[in-house]
Amino acid sequence: MNTSLLTSHDASKPPRTLHRCSRRAMLMACFATVSLTCATSAIAESTRSTIDYVQPRMVKIFGSGKGFKGFYAYSTGFLVSPEGHIATVWSYVLDSDQVTVVLNDGRRFSASVVGAEPPLDLAVLKIDAEGLQLPYFDLNDVEDADLGTRVLAFSNMFKVATGDEPVSVMHGVIAAKTNLSARRGRYETPYTGPVYILDAVTNNPGAGGGVIASRDGKLLAMIGKELKNTDSSTWLNYAVPISELRVSIDQIITGNFDAPAAEDDETPVAGAQYRPETWGMVLVPDVVYRTPAYIDAVRPGTPAEAAGLRSDDLILFVNDKLVSSCRAFREAVNRQEEGDTMKIVVRRGDQLVTFEFDVRSPEEQ
Amino acid sequence: MHKNRMIFSFAVAVALLTPARSFAVDPAVKEAEAKRVELLRDVAPAVVAVFGQSGQGGGSGVLISADGYALSNFHVTSSVGDFMLCGLNDGNLYDAVIVGIDPTGDVALLKLLGRDDFPHATLGDSDEVQVGDWVYVIGNPFLLATDFHPTVTYGIVSGVHRYQYPAGTFLEYADCIQVDASINPGNSGGPLFNAQGELIGINGRASFEKRGRVNIGAGYAISINQIKHFMDHLRSGRVVDHATLGAVVASRSDGAIIVSNIIEESEAFRRGLLEGDEIVSFAGRPIRSVNQFKNILGIYPKGWKLPLVYRRDEEKREIYVRLRGLHQEAELLSQGGRSPEQPMPEPEQQPENPEPEKKPDGGEPEEQRRRPRMPIPGHGPPAAKPPEQYRHLLVKKSGFANYYFNQQEQKRIFGLLDSLGDYANASGTWSLIGRTDRDQAFDLTLAPQGVGLELGEQVFLQTLDDVQFADEPPETGGLLIALHQLKQMLIRREEGFAELYYLGSEPLDGFGPQVDVLATSFEGLESFWYFRKSDGRFVGFNSSLDDQTDDCEVRFLNWGNWQGRQFPKDFQVRTAARDFAVFHVEKLSITPPTVPAD
Repeated sequence: MNTSLLTSHDASKPPRTLHRCSRRAMLMACFATVSLTCATSAIAESTRSTIDYVQPRMVKIFGSGKGFKGFYAYSTGFLVSPEGHIATVWSYVLDSDQVTVVLNDGRRFSASVVGAEPPLDLAVLKIDAEGLQLPYFDLNDVEDADLGTRVLAFSNMFKVATGDEPVSVMHGVIAAKTNLSARRGRYETPYTGPVYILDAVTNNPGAGGGVIASRDGKLLAMIGKELKNTDSSTWLNYAVPISELRVSIDQIITGNFDAPAAEDDETPVAGAQYRPETWGMVLVPDVVYRTPAYIDAVRPGTPAEAAGLRSDDLILFVNDKLVSSCRAFREAVNRQEEGDTMKIVVRRGDQLVTFEFDVRSPEEQ
Repeated sequence: MHKNRMIFSFAVAVALLTPARSFAVDPAVKEAEAKRVELLRDVAPAVVAVFGQSGQGGGSGVLISADGYALSNFHVTSSVGDFMLCGLNDGNLYDAVIVGIDPTGDVALLKLLGRDDFPHATLGDSDEVQVGDWVYVIGNPFLLATDFHPTVTYGIVSGVHRYQYPAGTFLEYADCIQVDASINPGNSGGPLFNAQGELIGINGRASFEKRGRVNIGAGYAISINQIKHFMDHLRSGRVVDHATLGAVVASRSDGAIIVSNIIEESEAFRRGLLEGDEIVSFAGRPIRSVNQFKNILGIYPKGWKLPLVYRRDEEKREIYVRLRGLHQEAELLSQGGRSPEQPMPEPEQQPENPEPEKKPDGGEPEEQRRRPRMPIPGHGPPAAKPPEQYRHLLVKKSGFANYYFNQQEQKRIFGLLDSLGDYANASGTWSLIGRTDRDQAFDLTLAPQGVGLELGEQVFLQTLDDVQFADEPPETGGLLIALHQLKQMLIRREEGFAELYYLGSEPLDGFGPQVDVLATSFEGLESFWYFRKSDGRFVGFNSSLDDQTDDCEVRFLNWGNWQGRQFPKDFQVRTAARDFAVFHVEKLSITPPTVPAD
């Protein structure tokens, strides 16, 4: 990030044709201060109460990414349960053993990723806040907004706020509602659902995971990552409506997925020995306790090759559950059952790519 | 029947027209708009478009007094030279001259010339600013205003008390106001107004990123309250410095802010502050983060005395600490005299730190970052051609942006000294007799060769033959040589000192009334002379033997009249936060000089 000073140097000369130092009498020599106490009234009041309501529900997130050019080790999130669940954008910031969450009042917590929904660019974190009764957004009390709705945007863009400093607040208007068509670098983004387009520069570094709220304090949307419009290559200022995220957030928190979650915990059927190699994936040597699940090689003529997996892909999710190591990946694979579809999300460069594999009987495989 | 139909038609027409009402503009909106227009009409005449003498460069500024004082950014004026051209929305260009600069705080004071009835802004109170407040940014972005009608952008306050690291430059933005109103190149130095049309800040910085050097919704303004602290310093024509406590603070794991390192030569150390002490409050503001501490430190000039409350072993103690300078003398001096052979670095081309390294939450130990050196040299490239009729308004001197304005302030203070009576012929031996508040008789002799004090049974002496000055009487901080300097000040003024200049103003002793300050140097001893701003009364002075010992503080409590001359009847002597004595003068006699005055 750059903070820069603002002198204009590409200056054209000021016109010298005007008579210099003319002593034209100034009619308004007296510089009266106009009091606008009455006019600021209602709008200012609701803006302030909205800010007071939203700020305690915002968190600053610090994680990995530091030291790499163009990567920011910080983002924004918002509390969605009194126990300390936090919704944010899924990003490399969370791809770290140490994710730190700082509340609005400056309290620091280490956070763990409890789940993610890569197609929505959504992740849910959890901090150990049992019994603290943290303020949170009730996701059953969110609204969809119309075009022209005046909104406030809250985010820790540029990491301006630290400690107990509140995140930045911007004002704007919902300028459009459309389906997202965007890319990050060369890659199309996974989410193509509805978004609000805003007339303010809301999507800055670190702003992802911030919120858009209406002037009267209703939670409307989550600010997304920095993306460019596919057609115009201009930076987008957009946010994903909470209504698109609510079900997934709820599922991650409760653990109740559409596919019954209980199955995941069942011990694998004896003899059903699925391994990464079953589909032709060769992992890097598992040398440490938490070796990241990188693909070392893809065997030719296998489903993995056919699907397009490559070496150096980092496996992040199996059926939307985070796998943090080679071992976790092997366990997840071993839990597959005949007839399932195994969905794998890998990180390739700075993009997430999803693959699906059919799970057939071991013999058939 | 016909009539009925007409009524019916009318009713239908009304019914049809009624829905149109929902499209009518709410009168409150129209009213707010009208007030906004009126407010902008009122404040815009004070906004300045700043250019160099030959029309180069450019930025913004704002008038703050009828006689033409205006604020801008240092990084604006430094690129346009000591004389500049300023456009107002009356369509006229005015000559202007640099007055004082604050390179660290990125503030410059200039003076528009040729009128004494300039429209000017009213200063607000930036501590009252809250997140969500509507604000106006007015200035000259992209130098669009060729007719000097400034551009207005409108937004809300996004954050207050923000701290922005020096970020590759020496310009530190402490305790600043963050806004989402568009701030673009050329807005620098221009005003930030609140919804009442009061000046609450000077815009000067913005977060830029991969989208190029245009607004992306995060601009920063220097708070007007910070500038108020520096205002008289800037009027002194000096290159003013910011401050450090002489101690580094860090946050402990429990969130407490503790002293992690302290310089033993600092006044804070001498007042008892130690490593490990918890900082509770500073300058009256509670401290809960390292950034808050830096915010406070960043808004005060070098030399101000501030209250600091710390906790050790569950016990809170309050001390007053005089702040040390942030920069080396040489670094600042280099800001003053212009050296045309060295071009002023363009602020834009200075390496901008890509990672300002704001700590995640201020939680890590914050080593005092090694500050980048101040840019060399002084103020701006040579002006194309100083306007002949104003040439005398610029006096170059090392350490000053424009010594001319210091001379004017000196004259003002000398006027206050004149009112004490004619001391010009009083260079002989002074004899003061009286009693102290400890009921000791004293006999003080201020002779051209030396100073002697009989205090009770004891005798103290300070000769003036060499420059070895002692702490006499012991633990006064050097009262005898301090009193000799008082005599010098009264009879010889600038002639009696190697250096004398107007420093600015500060609250006396950190809690007293605001005082104008003269600074002097006498045989290597620094002294500061205090004149109450409200009535011009000479209230005392501080003198130090060196920068590692506590000042001898002399405060005048009452004045008497001796042979037509005013002289303190009662004066208090203190050092190291301890009272030494109050001297009640019963008789002052001045004998004519027997030897030529030294």
